[in-house]
Amino acid sequence: MPDEAKVEEPSVIETIAVKVDGKQVAVPKLTPDWQGKLVPTTVLQACKHAGIEIPHYCYHPKLPVAGNCRMCLVHVGMPGRPGPDGKPPMNEDGSLKIDPMVLPYERGTPKGVIGCATNLIPGMEIYASSPETKEMREAVLESLLINHPLDCTICDQAGECKLQEYSMEHGQAESQFAEQKVHKPKAVDLGPRIVLDAERCVLCTRCIRFSADIAGDDALGIVNRGSYNSIATFPGAPFDNNYTLNTADICPVGALTSKDFRFQMRVWFLKETNSLCTGCATGCNTVIGSRENKMYRQEPRENDAVNGPWMCDSGRLDYKWIGSEKRLSKLNGATDWTTILAEITTNLEKAAVTSVAIIASARQTNEELFLLKKLADKFEAITDSVPRNGEGDHLLVNADKNPNSNGARLIGIAGETLGANLPAIAEGIENGTIKSLIVFGEDVTQHGISAALLEKLDLLIVSDIFANATTARAHYLLPGCAYAEKRGTFTNVKGQVQKFMKALDAPGNARAEWEFLHELVENVTGQNGFSTIEGLFNQMAGEVDAFKAKELNWAALGDDGVTVEI
Amino acid sequence: MAIKVQRVKLSLWERLFIPTLWNGFKVTLSHFLSFKKSKVYAEKNKDNKFKATLSYPEELWTVPPGFRGAPYLVSDQDAATKCVSCQLCEFVCPPKAIRITPPGEAGDTAHREGAEKMPKEFEIDMLRCIFCGYCEEVCPEEAIYLAKDYYEGYDEKMMRRDYALTGSNREEMIFNKDKLLERGGTHHDRIKKWEKKTADAKAQEMFPVEDKSKKERE
Ligand code: SF4
Ligand code: SF4
Ligand code: SF4
Ligand code: SF4
Ligand code: FES
Repeated sequence: MPDEAKVEEPSVIETIAVKVDGKQVAVPKLTPDWQGKLVPTTVLQACKHAGIEIPHYCYHPKLPVAGNCRMCLVHVGMPGRPGPDGKPPMNEDGSLKIDPMVLPYERGTPKGVIGCATNLIPGMEIYASSPETKEMREAVLESLLINHPLDCTICDQAGECKLQEYSMEHGQAESQFAEQKVHKPKAVDLGPRIVLDAERCVLCTRCIRFSADIAGDDALGIVNRGSYNSIATFPGAPFDNNYTLNTADICPVGALTSKDFRFQMRVWFLKETNSLCTGCATGCNTVIGSRENKMYRQEPRENDAVNGPWMCDSGRLDYKWIGSEKRLSKLNGATDWTTILAEITTNLEKAAVTSVAIIASARQTNEELFLLKKLADKFEAITDSVPRNGEGDHLLVNADKNPNSNGARLIGIAGETLGANLPAIAEGIENGTIKSLIVFGEDVTQHGISAALLEKLDLLIVSDIFANATTARAHYLLPGCAYAEKRGTFTNVKGQVQKFMKALDAPGNARAEWEFLHELVENVTGQNGFSTIEGLFNQMAGEVDAFKAKELNWAALGDDGVTVEI
Repeated sequence: MAIKVQRVKLSLWERLFIPTLWNGFKVTLSHFLSFKKSKVYAEKNKDNKFKATLSYPEELWTVPPGFRGAPYLVSDQDAATKCVSCQLCEFVCPPKAIRITPPGEAGDTAHREGAEKMPKEFEIDMLRCIFCGYCEEVCPEEAIYLAKDYYEGYDEKMMRRDYALTGSNREEMIFNKDKLLERGGTHHDRIKKWEKKTADAKAQEMFPVEDKSKKERE
């Protein structure tokens, strides 16, 4: 019954046996390409399975294969052509005869294949570390460096440059080039966010393929011939789409660099912290680069469940406000946290049940919303958060500009439609049933609760990071943290619960919201929570239904996060 | 794995350190008494004028050849700052005495066309510096030197100050870019690679070279 057998083992992956550096390995016959379609596995990928990295410039796992840089040349051995009997040449012991490839017209010279675009053949031998392969790499590097300016001292890529790395690792050949180098345009203003140094380009076309195939903006191309090859935009058409900065990431050299990061800091000083973009509900995974409490850049961190290796420019550059001088850093209402929290507790304890309302922000973390929910439950308070809608696009940008709308829904701070309760809260304040209002991270005067209404309240507790009309009327103002200054989790538009880490210290007296909320909740409700973010998350995971269903815990979130039902 | 070092247990007598101190004195005393008979003294006192002391600061010390000096930034013969703010010295400096503020996108353009950038600020904390010379060794632009006597305009008096870097407070001992450049003086650049590169590029007709940013500024 062959059919049944198939049903029983549907997940068996067909493998091919090849030899890498003399070691027998079985690698999957098919591998997903840049679009996720299964295509035959290549030599480069087989080596990766065997734990050997083949140097490459033009190959990128999430871009179509171009095979033009030749950096991935490797020497391989192939089975011979089938003879007249239809059988390939055999060794005396009956095994397949494998011959190292040579040039057809020069049988003494080994012939390489490009690893990124050569499909595996059963029995193939890959000599990934042989002297022949090494010589090929040296030759390729020498050729790439012929017209290279060696600008490393003034090149922003230095320290994360594949040309530097491969030259150190694979190509210590003496240059035989005695002629004059070809000079190309430098510091070309390619668009509002990208600078091109054509001399440094290795013509791998990654940027062209990214723009055309991923971003859908066929803006870049190569002009001129031979040594004069150069990346260019159409005359008068700047390179300007919302994904241009990704080309600076994937450019293996310092040819495309970010204007925002240009000459700001050398990369080897940057401390890297895993974080998330808070620009929209997609929640692209990022790495923050910071030095001495100053953020210099954020770059996408690969997560195939969310953003792949990309992120949008607007999200990436949305961090300048973090180090702003205008940040709230002083408490208002008391001088230190202990006093202010004690006073707030006393005041809240006096508040009658149902006389309290809470307006949280869907930019807050799951943990903070969870703690606010606990406060709300104690007072049977009416809660909501503020919707923030914009435009989405075909790739990553979501129309929901709040990073944690789903968190607010799952935890029960907001209903299906964010902001549906706001009119009821305004009405409650108007007719005097709501006397205390707790606002986190929103200027409610912009969202239907006027300044005049706020004046009517007996108690207005506000936490924010910038001053606004609401903070100006707060009886107690609690300065909070930007995402880069605290830890926590967000639930993205698809229900991916992901965590982010702390890269910077908060200014002045500002404190992470979950820390002081946790204290406040303990004071007010008498429930003893956890004083660590891990403990708090795990407690929340045990109480929020959607999280409970997936048995979430902080450690299990890992770097990529876990999807929950939304 | 951490290794636990067993400390020698000292007796009470040993813990008073009197025997150790006494042994130390003995050595000092023996040198003191035997110095006039030593070879060193004979060598130094060849002309019968040897004095072991110096009326500093009126009288200045002759710096022995092995003395390295303190790190300063140098300019080339055209008075252009040679440093391009690559921050390698900042990275290599063992006591982290160097602090560079890179120019950023909108910073001043470099003195030399083609070098693209130079530091906005460059500080060396001379109290932290251990005068190891790593910065000089690592610098790919030959822009930082521990003061030596081979640069143009070498001033003997100034050199002498290098073994007596003084200041009345800590802030004064953090030398900024201007001070470092002033003290570093001129260092003749034989290669002038940035200028050469720009000239080469200008000579090639394929891609016309013009500094657009400069034009905008004018
Ligand atoms: S691209 Fe790489 S090798 Fe070329 S100048 Fe920049 S850092 Fe140096
Ligand atoms: S600019 Fe960078 S990504 Fe584009 S072709 Fe040149 S080296 Fe490749
Ligand atoms: S001499 Fe040594 S310690 Fe002093 S600045 Fe240079 S590298 Fe740092
Ligand atoms: S002094 Fe030399 S090593 Fe230091 S930043 Fe300047 S160019 Fe780089
Ligand atoms: S990586 Fe294979 S040719 Fe470029």
